[in-house]
Amino acid sequence: MILVVLILILLAAGLLAWLTGKWNSVVARIISLAALLADTVILIIAFALHHTYGQGTWLIDYNVPWIPRLGISLHLALDGLSVMMLFLTFFLGILAVLISWKEIQKNVGFFHFNILWILAGLAGVFLAMDLFLFYFFWELMLIPMYFLIGIWGHENRIYASYKFFIFTQAGGLLMFLSILALYLIHGRHTGIYTFDYQALLGTTMSPVVAFIVMVGFLMAFMVKLPVVPFHNWLPDAHTEAPTAGSLILAGLMLKTGAYGLLRFIVPLFPGAAATFAPLGMVLGVIGILYGAKLAFAQTDLKRLVAYTSVSHMGFIMLGVFAFNAMAYQGVMVQIIAHGISTGALFIMVGQIQERIHTRDVARMGGLWHQTPVLGAMGLVFAMASLGLPGLGNFIAEFLILAGTFQTNILMAVIASVGLIVATIYSLKIIQKVFHGAVDTTLKMNDLNLREAFVMGVMVAAIVYLGVSPQQVLDTAKPALAKSLEAKAHYVLKEGKVKDKQNTFYLPAVFEAEQK
Amino acid sequence: MTGLDFICLIPLLIISVAPILIMVTITFVRNYTVIAAFSFLAFLLAFLSVSYVMPYAPHAIAPLFIFDTYSYLFTGIILFGCMLVTILSYVYFRRQSVVKEEYFIILFVSALGASILAAANHFVTFFLGLETLSVTLYILIGYLRQRDQSVEAGVKYLILASVSAAILLFGMALVYTGTGTMNFNELSSYFVTAKAVSPFIMVGAGMIIVGVGFKLAVAPFHMWTPDVYQGAPAPVTTYIATISKGAVIAVILRFFVDIRGHQNHALVVIITVIAILSMFIGNFLALRQTNMKRLLAYSSIAHLGYLLIMLLAGTSAGIQAAIFYLIAYIITSLGTFGVIAILSTVQRDADSFDDYRGLFWRRPWIAIVFTLTLLSLAGIPITAGFIAKFYLVLAGVGSGLWLLAFVLIVNSVIGLYYYLRVVATMFHSTGKENVPALPFLGHVVLAVIAAVILLLGVIPEWLLDIIGKFSL
Repeated sequence: MILVVLILILLAAGLLAWLTGKWNSVVARIISLAALLADTVILIIAFALHHTYGQGTWLIDYNVPWIPRLGISLHLALDGLSVMMLFLTFFLGILAVLISWKEIQKNVGFFHFNILWILAGLAGVFLAMDLFLFYFFWELMLIPMYFLIGIWGHENRIYASYKFFIFTQAGGLLMFLSILALYLIHGRHTGIYTFDYQALLGTTMSPVVAFIVMVGFLMAFMVKLPVVPFHNWLPDAHTEAPTAGSLILAGLMLKTGAYGLLRFIVPLFPGAAATFAPLGMVLGVIGILYGAKLAFAQTDLKRLVAYTSVSHMGFIMLGVFAFNAMAYQGVMVQIIAHGISTGALFIMVGQIQERIHTRDVARMGGLWHQTPVLGAMGLVFAMASLGLPGLGNFIAEFLILAGTFQTNILMAVIASVGLIVATIYSLKIIQKVFHGAVDTTLKMNDLNLREAFVMGVMVAAIVYLGVSPQQVLDTAKPALAKSLEAKAHYVLKEGKVKDKQNTFYLPAVFEAEQK
Repeated sequence: MTGLDFICLIPLLIISVAPILIMVTITFVRNYTVIAAFSFLAFLLAFLSVSYVMPYAPHAIAPLFIFDTYSYLFTGIILFGCMLVTILSYVYFRRQSVVKEEYFIILFVSALGASILAAANHFVTFFLGLETLSVTLYILIGYLRQRDQSVEAGVKYLILASVSAAILLFGMALVYTGTGTMNFNELSSYFVTAKAVSPFIMVGAGMIIVGVGFKLAVAPFHMWTPDVYQGAPAPVTTYIATISKGAVIAVILRFFVDIRGHQNHALVVIITVIAILSMFIGNFLALRQTNMKRLLAYSSIAHLGYLLIMLLAGTSAGIQAAIFYLIAYIITSLGTFGVIAILSTVQRDADSFDDYRGLFWRRPWIAIVFTLTLLSLAGIPITAGFIAKFYLVLAGVGSGLWLLAFVLIVNSVIGLYYYLRVVATMFHSTGKENVPALPFLGHVVLAVIAAVILLLGVIPEWLLDIIGKFSL
């Protein structure tokens, strides 16, 4: 029940914010903030009360029929993976409200309605354990995001909002067909027609069918993540969205793709995923290098940051298809670290644009003199982006590369080059924006208290993640292990242990816990 | 006729008697509001009487009518739609200077034709119902005689509908030649037992499909739709888009199931081609439209294409999905055209994109309802259209119609573009301008429609239960 409450609070607060926003914009902002804080507190309490797995697979499980005639239930469940995703959702949600305090002055109520409904959709995606419900939430967040980009975005917002919607919707509909196929295949085999995730887990399919069905899911997740041939919508959407929109897009919406890979692709289609793995890793590596290269070529600062996302998401793709515990831990950390570091870079761009009304790198320079605090923050997150040890991203990328090295040395080696390119573009940000000749025509104030607070919290988060990632790793571990178990089980059952690369490798960190 | 026959006919009798009473009333007093209120109450009474006569189903008035739960379900949908159309018409025509009391008489006769179709079990009732519906539509479409477009649309519809009726009639005659019967039940038993189907029957069935295709405006028989939608007064467009199409779907679904159409290879190919053509043509031509009514006309072609898929499913899930989709489509279309009707002025209908530019900032409530209906047409969650599309694809895939399901998915993405274009237009920022107040009744209708769309989108189980009980 508590899980339903989490989502309902956001939906109700969204409506309330819309209604009150007409009279008083501050009230709408406070309502949004209060709802997100309330959700965070509820989640902390709920997690503290139920932090051990009992008999079942979930920490908290809520399952009531919704449309029983078609085997659809309102099944929400929480495990370590969902908890981390939810914390990230509420954390970035709070920041999104805070950073919009001054930036958004038009239709404040409706703006917060959209923010809260996107977050509700995201929370639903991370909790839904019924495939229909999952798809429902998956689609639910698109419309408010479309409005967010289309109404409060920058110059080319209409084009970007269309592109965003149609790309993600096309991917989503293919997944929809696959969900139906899975439902029917399972129904025909067992006589039980259900969309329940756990019931569908053991569906038996011929390898060819499994692969085709998997491709539908994969398309949705690869568009969202995004993986390189499908990344086209991302730079436009991220660049044109208001800062809060970019923050949510980069920090959370891309992560639904990563979450989908971990939660659905590997457990539901272990065999097909293994078949796809070599290609998946290659796509990941291409994403890392191509995204980084394009990032370096940009003159629009926001676009530059957007392309770094493509590069960082390549690591996730690589890690997921490396199929081992170390890489999966890396993926988990990457999900959070990228959410924080790239989110912070977007906030920084927003703060610069708010002051000098341009995102063109060529027109910036020497900003450090006027805004040393902003400059220092920018430096921290540029370093995070290039993977400096001590910050979260380093842990993530190191674990992913180390994990990949065990299964595919070549891919790991090529992907490592991505770290060098990342260094180049990150240093470019610092050099072009903060260093260089001082342009005296640009008048800038340094961060005010609110902005400094937001940035300070994010710095603290990324440093904490960098020096002490164990908390995150421990929380997500059982859920990630389950995902890998499905794969291992499949390998054992099919007896397809052909070479060492595909052998299931379980590092000591996992084994110690499980025995 | 027995007493039971009369009981089963009560809903139809009510809407037959009502126009006579209106005619008598008009000879003494001409009061538009009174007539409109009376019409609404008559439709409401007829609607309520459906639940009263329901327990008597199924009852056949041989050989012409069959009153089963299926036909009553459709009668209920038709009458509910007519109630809303009556209110929209009242609001719309109130400001017009034409003689407008007779409008409701024609509306009743038209609804009678539609209800006959829902209960038709014989070629005679099929044809009579269809013609009653069509002939009244000529008048309704051209009702605003001072508008050239309205008259042009009426004449266009007159010619095309007459031709299609002739083709339909010829098709029926051919089927009769081949089978020796015009009753659906006897046709059904003929097709169950028949070893081979004679070419007469095949050609006849093909011609029936052509005739019905005209009425449903599926490609390649769709040419009249945009002109008629554009020319007809907005409430009449609402009526054509929802009730007239719904009634034809009701009879063709029954006919197709009776003749085991999904087992006949040639018919399956024809329907498949028509469905795919309708989806692509409808959606592609809608992309570049700048007139709201034309855009919705093309969108309706595509939606009827989606719906035709269910003729081929051949399962009870398919029929239920078709009925659910139709209900969702009807309620959604009542919303979209209702908005157009309410925003229209005395001079012209609000069918240009300019009428909607920045609507969200001028009339947020209307814009929200319009957005909701468009999203429902596009099949986005929390609206009725989402559940409807889901059920449709599920039933299609369940019957192995992968190609059609895939085409539907592709078309959903194409369709999304122009629905979003309308939504984007409404959120376009414009300067402030003073906005005249809109009729209160119109808001009530929109509120009801919005509530139903959301209700069906979030808790559809009750309607699925109802539909599940109704069977052919």
